[in-house]
Amino acid sequence: MPDLTKTAEETPAQAPVAAAAKPEKARSLGSDAWHDLRRKPIFVISALLILLLIVIAVAPGLFTSVDPRAGDLREHFHTPPNYSHFFEGDWFGYDGQGRSIYARVIYGARASVVVGICVTVGTTILGGIFGMLAGYFGGWIDTIISRVTDIFFGIPLLLGSLVILNAFTSRTIWSVVFALITLGWTQMTRVMRGSVITVKQADFVTAAKALGAGTGRIMFKHILPNAIAPVIVVATISLGGYIALEATLSFLGIGLQDPTISWGIDINSAQKLIRTAPFALFFPAGMLSITVLAFIMLGDAVRDALDPKLR
Amino acid sequence: MTTVIENDSQKSGRLEVGTPLLEVKDLHVEFHTRDGVAKAVNGVNYSVAAGETLAVLGESGSGKSVTAQTIMGILDMPPGKVTQGEILYRGQDMLKMSNEERRKIRGRKIAMIFQDALSALNPVLSVGYQLGEMFRVHQGVSKAEAKAKAIELMDRVRIPAAKERVNDYPHQFSGGMRQRIMIAMALSLQPDLIIADEPTTALDVTVQAQVMDLLAELQAEYNMGLILITHDLGVVADVADKIAVMYAGRIVETAPVHELYANPAHPYTKGLLRSIPRLDQKGQELYAIKGLPPNLLKVPAGCAFNPRCDVATDLCRTEIPALHHVTDKDGKELTGRRSACHLWKETLHG
Amino acid sequence: MAENILEVKDLVKHYPLTQGVLFKKQVGAVKAVDGISFELKKGETLGIVGESGCGKSTLAKVLMNLERATSGQVLFKGEDISQLSGGALKAVRRNIQMVFQDPYTSLNPRMTVGDIIGEPFEIHPEVAPKGDRRKAVQDLLDVVGLNPEYINRYPHQFSGGQRQRIGIARGLALKPEIIICDEPVSALDVSVQAQVINLLEQLQGEFGLSYMFIAHDLSIVRHISDRVGVMYLGKMVEIGSDEQIYDNATHPYTQALLSAVPVPDPTARESRERIILSGDIPSPANPPSGCRFRTRCWKAQERCSEEIPLLAIPTTLEGPAAHESACHFPEVRESAAA
Repeated sequence: MPDLTKTAEETPAQAPVAAAAKPEKARSLGSDAWHDLRRKPIFVISALLILLLIVIAVAPGLFTSVDPRAGDLREHFHTPPNYSHFFEGDWFGYDGQGRSIYARVIYGARASVVVGICVTVGTTILGGIFGMLAGYFGGWIDTIISRVTDIFFGIPLLLGSLVILNAFTSRTIWSVVFALITLGWTQMTRVMRGSVITVKQADFVTAAKALGAGTGRIMFKHILPNAIAPVIVVATISLGGYIALEATLSFLGIGLQDPTISWGIDINSAQKLIRTAPFALFFPAGMLSITVLAFIMLGDAVRDALDPKLR
Repeated sequence: MTTVIENDSQKSGRLEVGTPLLEVKDLHVEFHTRDGVAKAVNGVNYSVAAGETLAVLGESGSGKSVTAQTIMGILDMPPGKVTQGEILYRGQDMLKMSNEERRKIRGRKIAMIFQDALSALNPVLSVGYQLGEMFRVHQGVSKAEAKAKAIELMDRVRIPAAKERVNDYPHQFSGGMRQRIMIAMALSLQPDLIIADEPTTALDVTVQAQVMDLLAELQAEYNMGLILITHDLGVVADVADKIAVMYAGRIVETAPVHELYANPAHPYTKGLLRSIPRLDQKGQELYAIKGLPPNLLKVPAGCAFNPRCDVATDLCRTEIPALHHVTDKDGKELTGRRSACHLWKETLHG
Repeated sequence: MAENILEVKDLVKHYPLTQGVLFKKQVGAVKAVDGISFELKKGETLGIVGESGCGKSTLAKVLMNLERATSGQVLFKGEDISQLSGGALKAVRRNIQMVFQDPYTSLNPRMTVGDIIGEPFEIHPEVAPKGDRRKAVQDLLDVVGLNPEYINRYPHQFSGGQRQRIGIARGLALKPEIIICDEPVSALDVSVQAQVINLLEQLQGEFGLSYMFIAHDLSIVRHISDRVGVMYLGKMVEIGSDEQIYDNATHPYTQALLSAVPVPDPTARESRERIILSGDIPSPANPPSGCRFRTRCWKAQERCSEEIPLLAIPTTLEGPAAHESACHFPEVRESAAA
């Protein structure tokens, strides 16, 4: 049989088209998403903010040399901010115990960022595993995981973490992380399960089965890379939520405790003197809002870029 | 039933066959994408008269559906953009009308039938309600009257047991029945023109035949104009009067149906017809048009078909061919026939 | 012709319909495939036609062992493969592969073309040693008419026709003897359909493949098939050579199906006689008694509702009309035979 079909793609007449197509590089969907993201001002702004926050959390010493726990009541009790003293101890003023608000805002980032990231990673791994198992195997595995998820989902996040944290005699960052992971994994499980069920029905999964691929290969090479996008989006958005939640718990006095520095604790102590020293409330609260907003904006931008419907 | 329709048509002054209804003139539509500007429609001209069926034949990306969406005014803008051209409905340019004026034409004068009837119907409302809504909104009839009219319409598109099924929901109907409901909906306000975008592609062969027959029959009864958008050469041969073949955003050939099939004047049309498996080719290789449909972001220079064409010359690679009038061997102009090929003579006369 | 490579005996696939949450009670079954027998010979193409809901895709899945048969046998070279599992099943998979309908969903968008076509080698390492795999993948790309340099690209950088070629290359990788093509061209543009059909035919000659070609486009099925089977509501209603089916159909459903196909020839508009079937295909969960086609058949009589017609060569007919048909009143339609 003459080889007509092959020439169909590679005829000389086709050559200019082929040549024009050459410089086009291999583009994975991930690199496509990155290409989209780089052009979005919202993404760039939020990513820069988050990057800055992470640097602050890792190395607060770079931003201030003042000890955030050192207070001098005689000298600094509620001294108002001096806005021209950039990066100095009195830049944002002093709080009711004569401690530098600027230094406390800088050092407070660590608790927020650590709690946010650890809880998100923890819930994503836990929820990812359960969601994958439930979605992929279905049947009784799905029934059990889904019912347990429903039960946990019924517990209000705030109330639940109050109860759990009350059981700890001394509370550190890790007890807060533990409490939030325990209650937060259900949302990820649901997202992952739904996503896996959708991908599971795709023809390429059937094709892999027809080739004789094992369960592990199908799960990790075929389903996971295609099911992970919505999980990443929800994770990014909820990261901001967990930071806010940590602050809320600390504000209520049930989260982090002195001497750990947290925006929530500072907001709590500042609210009593809101009339005389509003700046003491303004700066930690402002930082908290900016941080939460940055993660939510990042999540939004990531969702737009990863949304398969737009591709 | 026929008598009802005749009465109706006298009342509303149905169209004379041959009244020109719609004329698309030099329409250009672009899409702005991340990778550049895609010229989806690139100077399209066609017209439909009452009682006439125009088939717009083309593959995906040929611009056939974009043209229809532009006519209906349902094109997403942005990313779409009409850069040039006119769409004349009874002599009036619809592109220059206000939204209000266009809305009066859309649905009432020009109706559209989509490929996927299930997604075009509202799943939470009963079929009878959706059919009756047209009358309630546009004619202000009572609820009971609207329901009666809905049943009458369902009868007219031959949905069995219309009375019992009027309160059923779209998912309770089969694909063919849903498409009939779509047709009923399109007909409800007695439009002059129906645009059917791949109306039977999603249906099975036996059901496809039923639906196409129904559409053709109703069209004849009402003297409507019909624009049938499809990629199926078989469906076109069954119902069309004239055909416009589109490729890469341009019309490459227009012809009355019989002449196009008997004697195509463009190599693309010729290739499509040749690639249909014929009985005597059993066991042989099929003729295949080489290459791939063009990327609209990188349409080849000259004639867009030239890289895939068997007879392309240097001229074809540099100059875009105009839509020429076509003449027979004695130089007599063939009515209704045009071809956008530099070598139409050789193609047509062998 | 050669020996049977695949033999299907009384194959049944029912999907149970259950009620209740905790204690599931079976209340019925969707009879997707309900007692189908046929054989596929070495090097032949068997076309399977039928409308949606007739069970042709379920049949493909059961043959591929993607769904377990409820009962019946699938004999590959005499060995029943329908109940295999584990390593034995994996070994059999090398022999039967599949080409899917939709080239947009059948390729993993997160994998490169090289990974997609190379995956069969990773699953069955004995087919190609590790060092040769890249070469093997490039050879396959070449065989299906794609540039071997495209190995690092992703599926979304290709058009539909090219993607289908990638799917075919993946199906060929394990050097199977049978390929099941489930509507391999129906999602493609008209102008590239012929290319893919030609490729499939060329590969059949080159590798001695046997095809089961499932499609609804009757003219393409006729072109590519040696024999054709017609399915309706989970049953095979007629099977025979392409000439027997297309020119001498004796089952009324086949006749209706053939007459309904739009012919790309406007001159045939007036001359041809179409059988327009009334109604829709009944639900496979509750098929009609006796002959399943009787509710839409113009020839149906009392006997049709009482007695299930068997797929057999009618004794009353001879010549090309004498082929297997499941009708109580088989006859060649006059105008169709002309």
